[in-house]
Amino acid sequence: MLSAILIMALGAVVLGAALGYASIKFKVEGNPLVEKVEAILPQTQCGQCGYPGCKPYAEAIAEGEAEINLCPPGGQEGVRKLADLLGREVKPLNAEEKPKQIAIIDEQTCIGCTLCIQACPVDAIVGAAKQMHTIVEALCTGCELCIKPCPVECIRMEVIEENIDNWKWKYPVVEIKRVA
Amino acid sequence: MLQQLFKFKGGVKPDTNKTPSVQLPIGIAPLPALLIVPLHQSIGGMPNPLVEAGQRVLKGQRIGGPDKWVSSAVHAPTSGTVLAVEERIAAHPSGLPTLSVVIEPDGRDEWIERTPLDHTALEPERVREILRDSGVVGLGGAVFPSHAKLAPAKSVPMEDLVINGAECEPYMTCDDMLMRERPEEIVRGIGIFRDLLQPQRVLIGIEDNKPEAVAAMQAAVHRLGESYAVVAVPTRYPAGGAKQLIRVLTGKEVPASKRSPEMGVQCFNVATAYTAWRAIAHGEPVLSRIVTLTGNVEQPRNWEVLLGTPLKDLVALGQPRPDTNRYLMGGPMMGFEMPSLEAPIVKASNCIIAGSPALFPPAPPEMPCIRCGACAEACPHELQPFEMYWFSRAKNFGKTQEYNIFDCIECGCCSYVCPSRIPLVQYFRFAKSEIWSRERDKNMADAAKARFELRNERDEREKAEKAARLAKAAAAKAAEKKAAPEAGKETAAADSPVDAEAAKKAAIAAAMERARVQREGAQPKNTDGLTVAQRKEIAEIEARRVPLQPEQQTAFDAENAENAEAQSSRREKQ
Amino acid sequence: MTHYLFIIVGAVLVNNVVLVKILGLCPFMGVSKKVETAFGMGAATTFVLTVATGASYVIDHYLLMPFGLEYLRTLSFIVTIAAIVQLTEMVIQKSSPVLHQVLGIYLPLITTNCAVLGVPLLNIAYKYNFVESLLFGAGSAVGFSLVLVLFAGIRERVEGADVPVHFRGVAIAMVTAGLMSLAFMGFTGLDKYQ
Repeated sequence: MLSAILIMALGAVVLGAALGYASIKFKVEGNPLVEKVEAILPQTQCGQCGYPGCKPYAEAIAEGEAEINLCPPGGQEGVRKLADLLGREVKPLNAEEKPKQIAIIDEQTCIGCTLCIQACPVDAIVGAAKQMHTIVEALCTGCELCIKPCPVECIRMEVIEENIDNWKWKYPVVEIKRVA
Repeated sequence: MLQQLFKFKGGVKPDTNKTPSVQLPIGIAPLPALLIVPLHQSIGGMPNPLVEAGQRVLKGQRIGGPDKWVSSAVHAPTSGTVLAVEERIAAHPSGLPTLSVVIEPDGRDEWIERTPLDHTALEPERVREILRDSGVVGLGGAVFPSHAKLAPAKSVPMEDLVINGAECEPYMTCDDMLMRERPEEIVRGIGIFRDLLQPQRVLIGIEDNKPEAVAAMQAAVHRLGESYAVVAVPTRYPAGGAKQLIRVLTGKEVPASKRSPEMGVQCFNVATAYTAWRAIAHGEPVLSRIVTLTGNVEQPRNWEVLLGTPLKDLVALGQPRPDTNRYLMGGPMMGFEMPSLEAPIVKASNCIIAGSPALFPPAPPEMPCIRCGACAEACPHELQPFEMYWFSRAKNFGKTQEYNIFDCIECGCCSYVCPSRIPLVQYFRFAKSEIWSRERDKNMADAAKARFELRNERDEREKAEKAARLAKAAAAKAAEKKAAPEAGKETAAADSPVDAEAAKKAAIAAAMERARVQREGAQPKNTDGLTVAQRKEIAEIEARRVPLQPEQQTAFDAENAENAEAQSSRREKQ
Repeated sequence: MTHYLFIIVGAVLVNNVVLVKILGLCPFMGVSKKVETAFGMGAATTFVLTVATGASYVIDHYLLMPFGLEYLRTLSFIVTIAAIVQLTEMVIQKSSPVLHQVLGIYLPLITTNCAVLGVPLLNIAYKYNFVESLLFGAGSAVGFSLVLVLFAGIRERVEGADVPVHFRGVAIAMVTAGLMSLAFMGFTGLDKYQ
């Protein structure tokens, strides 16, 4: 009986020491997974996920604190990619999926207050105090962060229309015909 | 002519159907009532419009200037008046509009001043510039700007210049007729390419179902004393694909990762050589092209058509039969259905085929893939279409790329041989455009992230700088305060912090006041208590705005008043 | 020499731990959605299983048997396996965080993978010596990895297939596993030449 206890205790001590040493030796600094998650996020920095930007959300996902379906700009496709990377189940997006949009400033109404410039996370608005502002369409990520600060409500969102440059071939339609 | 020929793997032999359209010589299409010239007719940058509505243009006048190096100019095909520069339906499978110059011809066909040049007396750089400004692009259908292909690779010596007269697509005969009727100009044009690229030999590849073209080209080469080899290559679709023709003529295989100049080969279409010669030696930019009009028409024929001619004007020349229900641009293998009769003929339009239900019966229903491998045997690029199909269908695009979907030239051989009649090429096009769109989104996201990070950095820096400035100012003030009591007044040292605080408060109040005044100044109007000068300024601004948007002005005024009210109340809350 | 070869081939193919002995089905169904993941899981299990067979042989022969403590076998084996798994997990987290995230719960669950405990116990039942035990352990692990990767390859393809709605997901995976098991029964024929 004593020998049994001694042997088990010996085993426990040896294994415990080995594990303790390994945990110091293989200590992981930071979480390299964050980068991979962040690469999938659309970088709109819109904060619709409840985190202040794409990086904090990526960190939360990597830590396992956040769901993967909180990013409306990424859409269902983004959820699918995250699920693929992380081996989690695909979940439906927790918001309604919107088509891609960009912000448009009504230049007649704009008073040049620069509030939207300060709100834009990706520097897509140009203008100066008391001068009319405008949105550089190619740079706009459609995050809608500029709409709220505008005191005269002159910013609206517009869906990006299909044009010859972003047109895509459609999925071939399988025709179903009655045989007889 | 002894010439060792090589074989490319795969390929198919569809009915060529070329005879009907070679019975008559190339006809000159009459001037249409309206020309719609799209600005973006080549690969590369979208040319910038150089004309505006109401302007009179001359034949050959540049209406679209090339944007960046890989781009090509666009010209007015005849003299007339520009009616509009606007979005018009394009010769594109999407049927979406593209920016086009609409010209009403005046019938006089008045040329701009043409300056014939001798390319041997010009710097190669200058020749390339002229070609770019004359709108010379690959007329085989890919419309890649030719000047960008005319610089030899720096590391590899140029060995072979391949001239593509194979014209492997069924029905199409535009290159055939051009070679029969204007071989000398083609051969002279090849001379320009040869002088720029300095290849060791020049090979002209023509499919052996065009003996007349081979004979005409041989005669022309002989007459002009050139040493080009005119080679009849076996008729097998897609022998006219650049990589396939290079393989057949030189035995070189261009790997997916490389472009042909890196292998010491370059390939041009015969029609491109023709237009290059016209551009340099006659000063005539690309204004027209030979278009085969065939299929379900009474009079199939090749026409020299002005670019921008609406499809309906061209097809009228061929007298389409009553059961014609659609028009294909390009051949039956790779072409697409023209979205509208209003769509114009562009540089890429080598062939228009009138289709009818009898000629092109509707596609039979798609059956499941049985993995017979017929597509893999037919693929001239030695791909595995059935695997690419499997993953395109499942929208597993990563896997399609593992199977090299981007090497697919969409030649249609796989769809042609598929016993289950699966529209394989459509699946590949779908997968490719999805992948491209994702790539675009990814690049945009990366750029947005970079800007976001830079912005954060800038914010931090500005904050730090501001703090430093404030600290400095505070220090200066404190020093001033210290100096004041020394000047005479008896103030206790203990009082100075209180003083400093009060001063700070006062400064903040003053700043707030200043900010308020500034803000009010920033409001364009409708704020009480404006000075006369301000009112005057506003009136001036309004006067400037009125002509811009006269009908919206009243609505805008009312709205603005409301907005301003809302805004002032918001300001008060702040 | 041929004896050792038979042990290995037998463990990899004829008596495949998953498809014939039906051990370790939990990771077999759980982490076989992608080939890359399956490779990672296979490698981790191979490492754990090989080390575990060696360690348990040593423990059994030099600690338990001399003291007549055979009744502690299961307990001590599990403790050893758990420690090795912990170690493996740390190494993977350091070297490949994505794999670590993807393997998720299945990585610590190698501890309770019945194949990992089963093989050392079988070693004792078969009365293998140390080298034989190691070979049998490694062979079983290779067999496990092999079928896991094969299965993942099939599942990747099945994902693109037109599977009837009610069969999608685990159902079709089970059917596939059953067919694979049938196929592996064919290796029993190798026995004839033993």
